[in-house]
Amino acid sequence: MKKALRIIAAGPGVTLQDGGRFGYLRYGVTPAGPMDPLAFATANRAVGAPPNAAAIEVSLGGVELTVDGGPISLAIAGGAFRLQLNGSELPMPAVVRLAPSQRLAIRAGAAGAWCYAAVAGRIDVAPMLGSVATHTRSHLGGLSGRALVADDLLPLTGPRLVEPAIAIITAPWLERAGETIRVLLGPQSDYFTADQMAAFLQGPWTLSVRSDRMAYLLDGQPLRHSKGFNIVSDGIALGAIQVPGNGQPIVLMADRQPTGGYPKIANVIEADVGRLAQLRPGAQFRFRRVTIEEAVAARRAEALALAAPIVLTPLRRTDLSSEFLLGLNLIDGIIDAAH
Amino acid sequence: MNSTAPRLLDAGEAALVVEFGSEVDPATNERVLALDRALATLALPGLRETVPTYRSLMIHYDPLLLDRSRLVDAVRGIEIAPPALSCAPNHLWTIPCCYDPELGEDIAAVAAMTGLSAERIVALHAGTTYRVYMYGFAPGFCYLGGLPSELAVSRRPTPRPPHPPNTILLGGGLTLITTFAMPTGWWLLGRTPERMFAPAREPNFLVDVGDALRFAPVDRPAFDALEARAENGEIVSQRERLR
Repeated sequence: MKKALRIIAAGPGVTLQDGGRFGYLRYGVTPAGPMDPLAFATANRAVGAPPNAAAIEVSLGGVELTVDGGPISLAIAGGAFRLQLNGSELPMPAVVRLAPSQRLAIRAGAAGAWCYAAVAGRIDVAPMLGSVATHTRSHLGGLSGRALVADDLLPLTGPRLVEPAIAIITAPWLERAGETIRVLLGPQSDYFTADQMAAFLQGPWTLSVRSDRMAYLLDGQPLRHSKGFNIVSDGIALGAIQVPGNGQPIVLMADRQPTGGYPKIANVIEADVGRLAQLRPGAQFRFRRVTIEEAVAARRAEALALAAPIVLTPLRRTDLSSEFLLGLNLIDGIIDAAH
Repeated sequence: MNSTAPRLLDAGEAALVVEFGSEVDPATNERVLALDRALATLALPGLRETVPTYRSLMIHYDPLLLDRSRLVDAVRGIEIAPPALSCAPNHLWTIPCCYDPELGEDIAAVAAMTGLSAERIVALHAGTTYRVYMYGFAPGFCYLGGLPSELAVSRRPTPRPPHPPNTILLGGGLTLITTFAMPTGWWLLGRTPERMFAPAREPNFLVDVGDALRFAPVDRPAFDALEARAENGEIVSQRERLR
């Protein structure tokens, strides 16, 4: 029997994502891909998968899954979600070994909005336009271009088991505060006077509940344009901050359209897109202006962190509750504190 | 190429906008495409992909592989030594379009706004050669320029529920071919049996930015017959090489 991940239950907005659908932006194709690229790549690297390999993106709606056909190792990384194996709590981020008789639940926890479940092996779904990244609005990627639902099967090619079977992922770069989001000004900063630019940087801005994978909508003191808010459409980069007629900024995220027609006051640096993505509706934050050199340096630091092998620390019995240990008879690889 | 140098604008640390103007006109769009073609021949390592729009080229790049200053030098170098170019498109596409009121349900509304008869609206819309300026909004949605001024109507006061896929829209001085059912603030003028985007067909996208395009009116029975062929993966438009 071919191994496959089986979705037992999924809240809204749980999707299959890979590094994104690139090469077709000029034809109006949304790139999609992970909301938090750093956490996504970390999860893949922790189980030895390529950093852009397909993984499950878990929304605040949460997911519960199992595996058919034999055990599989998974890495779970992202926001501070709750991770439960057969109902017993595990720390995050973690590598977990999931057996066919077990259920792994990933649910919204203390903080964060997105979490990734990557597999040791490959999720074998046919790509569309070169990618399996799900974009539900244009019905591309994933399973028939839709979000994952109960009873979905994700076939696995080359599944492997990672040692140790249950381990903590050491990824200090995922401990990111979200109070300050770094931006480069432009490309249409000339549509705003100096006092409006100062107001933009002063904030604070509050993330709206209407935010989704396409756009994070911000509430705050409305900004005024100095020469109107309609521009002839031009390109939109990841993290572009559009200011439409109502003066409330919109940050364009993974599911952005590749072009648009509102002035873009600034652009979130790519190293901070995931940090912003992990904020929850109602969170308050400010923007901070940086230079392009700082933005590139932050990007380089991320690349270096991901280039080194990811350290996996075996869980010790003392890290776990007795309830968990009682339910663990199917899992090996947990070591005694005496070791 | 026009003498005015383009503006170079950063859109974050991984995208550079080369802006040739702020309006919709063929000469500006042609400069965008000339830069796009010239950059493609340079094959700069670290240049990811480009997005031509009406008036600018967005260059997506990896700044860890391609230094911004090197990219800027390359762009400036192309400006200094422009390739010979003309505004003549490479291809002319003839796309079937059914203007039957069942499919072009807003023709009566457009007639009321413009004072033109339905027949005159169809004659004007199908009697024009358009320029494909850019794609945007959704996969395969292509924005066409060259709409006769008589058909330049403002958008709907409020958006309407999703139109069917492959609807031809009118609004804001432009006409647009759609590929997906979407809510819209534009007017429904007709429908083509053609698939401007088909993920399982080669090519996935039918026309290139810069191509010329015309609509050929077809009646409802002809539309239905072409629709059945297009549904089977056939291209039902004609392509003529112009140069």
